[in-house]
Amino acid sequence: MTLLGRLTWQAIPFHEPLPLFSGLGVLITVVAILAWVVAKGYVPYLWREWITSVDHKRIGVMYCILASVMLLRGFIDAIMMRTQQVMAYDAPGFLPPSHFDQVFSAHGTIMIFFVAMPFVIGLMNLVVPLQLGVRDVAFPTLNSVSFWLTAAGALLVNLSLVIGEFDRMGWLPYPPLSELRYSPGVGVDYYCWSLQISGVGTLMTGINFVTTILKLRAPGMHYTRMPMFCWTALASNLLIVAAFPVLTATLAMLLLDRYVGFHFFTDTAGGNSMMFMNLIWAWGHPEVYILALPAFGIYSEVVSTFSCKPLFGYRSMIYATMAICIISFMVWLHHFFTMGAGADVNSIFGIASMIIAVPTGVKIFNWLFTMYGGYVRFRTPMLWSIGFIVTFAIGGLTGVLLAVPPADFQLHNSLFLVAHFHNVIIGAVIFGAFAGYTYWFPKAFGFVLDERLGKWAFWLWLIGFWVAWGPGYVLGLEGMTRRLQHYDVAEWHPWLVVAEGGVVIILLGIIAQIAQIVVSVRTREQRRDVTGDPWDGRNLEWATASPPPAFNFAVLPDVTDQEPYWDMKARAREIGQLTRPEPRYEPIHMPRNSPTGFVTAFLAVVTGFALIWHIWWLVLLGLAGAYATFVVFAWRDHDEELIPAEEVARIDRANRAARSAALQHRQLRRETQRESAE
Amino acid sequence: MLLLGQLAGCGRAQLQPAGPISAAERKILLDSIVIMLAIVIPTIIATLGVAWWFRSSNPRARRQPDFVYSGRVELIVWSIPALVIIFLGGIAWIGSHDLDPAQPLPAKAAPLDIQVVSLDWKWLFIYPKLGIASVNRLVVPAGVPLHLVLTSASVWNVFWVPQLGSMLYCMSGMAGTLYLEADHPGVYRGESAMISGDGFADMHFDTEAVRRSQFDAWVASTRSAGPALDDAAYRELLHQSVPPHPYTYRAVRPGLFADIVMLKLPPGDGPRGGVANVQPVGLR
Repeated sequence: MTLLGRLTWQAIPFHEPLPLFSGLGVLITVVAILAWVVAKGYVPYLWREWITSVDHKRIGVMYCILASVMLLRGFIDAIMMRTQQVMAYDAPGFLPPSHFDQVFSAHGTIMIFFVAMPFVIGLMNLVVPLQLGVRDVAFPTLNSVSFWLTAAGALLVNLSLVIGEFDRMGWLPYPPLSELRYSPGVGVDYYCWSLQISGVGTLMTGINFVTTILKLRAPGMHYTRMPMFCWTALASNLLIVAAFPVLTATLAMLLLDRYVGFHFFTDTAGGNSMMFMNLIWAWGHPEVYILALPAFGIYSEVVSTFSCKPLFGYRSMIYATMAICIISFMVWLHHFFTMGAGADVNSIFGIASMIIAVPTGVKIFNWLFTMYGGYVRFRTPMLWSIGFIVTFAIGGLTGVLLAVPPADFQLHNSLFLVAHFHNVIIGAVIFGAFAGYTYWFPKAFGFVLDERLGKWAFWLWLIGFWVAWGPGYVLGLEGMTRRLQHYDVAEWHPWLVVAEGGVVIILLGIIAQIAQIVVSVRTREQRRDVTGDPWDGRNLEWATASPPPAFNFAVLPDVTDQEPYWDMKARAREIGQLTRPEPRYEPIHMPRNSPTGFVTAFLAVVTGFALIWHIWWLVLLGLAGAYATFVVFAWRDHDEELIPAEEVARIDRANRAARSAALQHRQLRRETQRESAE
Repeated sequence: MLLLGQLAGCGRAQLQPAGPISAAERKILLDSIVIMLAIVIPTIIATLGVAWWFRSSNPRARRQPDFVYSGRVELIVWSIPALVIIFLGGIAWIGSHDLDPAQPLPAKAAPLDIQVVSLDWKWLFIYPKLGIASVNRLVVPAGVPLHLVLTSASVWNVFWVPQLGSMLYCMSGMAGTLYLEADHPGVYRGESAMISGDGFADMHFDTEAVRRSQFDAWVASTRSAGPALDDAAYRELLHQSVPPHPYTYRAVRPGLFADIVMLKLPPGDGPRGGVANVQPVGLR
């Protein structure tokens, strides 16, 4: 046994220019950014205000930044795959199978675990405590640990680019291909340990948010007064708590097979690879709804706000959400109808899967009736929502089609299936994340994003999606299976060229989004949101300043209705002044910053890396360090900071003044309008 | 719809069926799409229409800011999707039973037994009653039901001939049953629908459906030449390789397939089995 386990210079792809140079490029960029941060003297600021922050808003923003950066990485993978398939008609293309297989595996893994998940969790972090009218989540430091563990997993996945390799069998490592016998390299180990580490983080997020929503709500906020986004967040986090342990256990079994010669999933010695398939989808199908439900919540908020109407059929929406939450656990078998279970089993799971379409359909109709009779304003978040409804209606259709077993016998694992899940993940989750990002950006940063570029981004994404994945449906019906490194069927080639065009259009959409941020930041003074309510919102997150102070609310709001902030505003407009007189300000205790999350994640990366490369002494060191961190945190004797009453008063008075001014301005405008009408 | 129509005309896969199973599956597929489009298209139009009509700048729209609940509307929005799903659920139930892959086809002739073994990275087709075998080329008589038994001697694969119908997993240590039939002579592309490693993209084969007489002639010529598939030849097949051409075996050791399924002959060694063997073993 050597000091570095199985890590040797051979792990660095010196003979493969593509990964070597892309890896080097990333490395140089990261080093350059770090050097810039150090040179500018930003390190203390970043450490104090962000890295060690346990503020749910800061953590939410960091989740979204992580997701955006990883979206770029996953999208580069997508460009490579599409380009390979354009070039590989009767030709080898530019990616050999060993590399192509890593690219699609990394693409799927990154897009689900390190783009969709952190984006959705980031938005929940930012918004849920504000909507509930509370000061933070139930366990703020745990929240920071969750985020940093997710980031640690993402870092490990990216390390595999330059040190060793990533898994080569897709975003779910099915045995026996993922067993040591067929995959002796480190790829599967990178996959498993990255997800084990980030999975623990996600599970803790689930526990944190379930606790927050069940136990911490503003006075008077009953369950049936919670905003829809909080309901969907509750459903999603309940699913996380129930499903992520299954993922952890399944990957643990695979790791036991690989590391110590167990036989859970091997095809010899009594192992059963079909069990992996069942277990991974017992997590995998709820995972789809862990992502989709919060997105549905975002659409509910956006459609209601931009139609100037309360959500139609609020209770119906709650029933629909919870029905999806429960049924999503009973349909996993539809991912492998073609494994040969009997007709009874297949049809029962097929019908159960279709039943999910009922509450989902109800949601679509309720959004439609929310717009009905309202004042619809086509701001960017609303465009994403309408684009979603149209796109998702088709994605739902193909989903139900795949749930019909005899149809699935001809569509499973074809590009039709791949087009379907891109249709729902992009069309529902990613569009939802972008809607939420545009909608809540002013809340997080205090200024509104540029509308013109936002609309460009929307149209480019929408058109690009359909140009990229419309052909996928056609190719699936022409019998093209997924993950082909090359092919010899002439009919497929033109459609793959069209799909490549779609990816280019999406790329333009992403460029528009980057430009939107740059332009908006440079012109932020003109786009300030001084009142904290830029969209004429309806829920409590708009009742505080943008960005909100660390303590969110100077005085916890009193909730008397389903739309507390809208009521407050309506009354204020009636009487022409703020409804509540200035409260007596009191000092507020807030949790103290803690480097626990960052240190734990650093040690998790060390431990994960050491486990992947069998560097056992380093594994012990990493675990001992993590335990020590935990002990140090557990024995802390100073865990809260006091914000003095004067500070609270100063911050709140400024916001009250801005709101009063806005109210008077509105009153004045009303009167002039009335006069000119007369 | 236009797209679907065009595809049905010129496509060479699921939408241009060449057998009873694929024809039935195509019918279910198209029926289900039409049933759902009947509800999805109006929903999309209504969404766009409502959003546009109630735009805040439209002076003619009647505003109802308090329209937030209506028992009748609720009833309708729950029952429309529910009715569609009940209807489709019926199709799924009946279709799953009629088209269960393991269900024998109504026999005009005695079915032809074929044992399918997926290997790294090639397909082995054994004709047990005829005592011959073929690699990467499946020759079958048209109009005769095919009784396929599938296994794998390595990682999982999915056996799929889109123009004939249902796909099914090939899994080591297990045997899956699949009935298919080709209505008329033709060459139909077959492939693996499940990633199986570096040679996965080459795991496709031609299914040649020929007239009975041609099939008998092919069997006779196969029997007369080529290597025999005994345990030693099979072990060669287990090495990871992509044969450049299809080839056949004139004889097969009886009971070979059962031994593969029962793991008496252990599955392939994967990349540790040695250097990838690119030469077709049968032609050496």
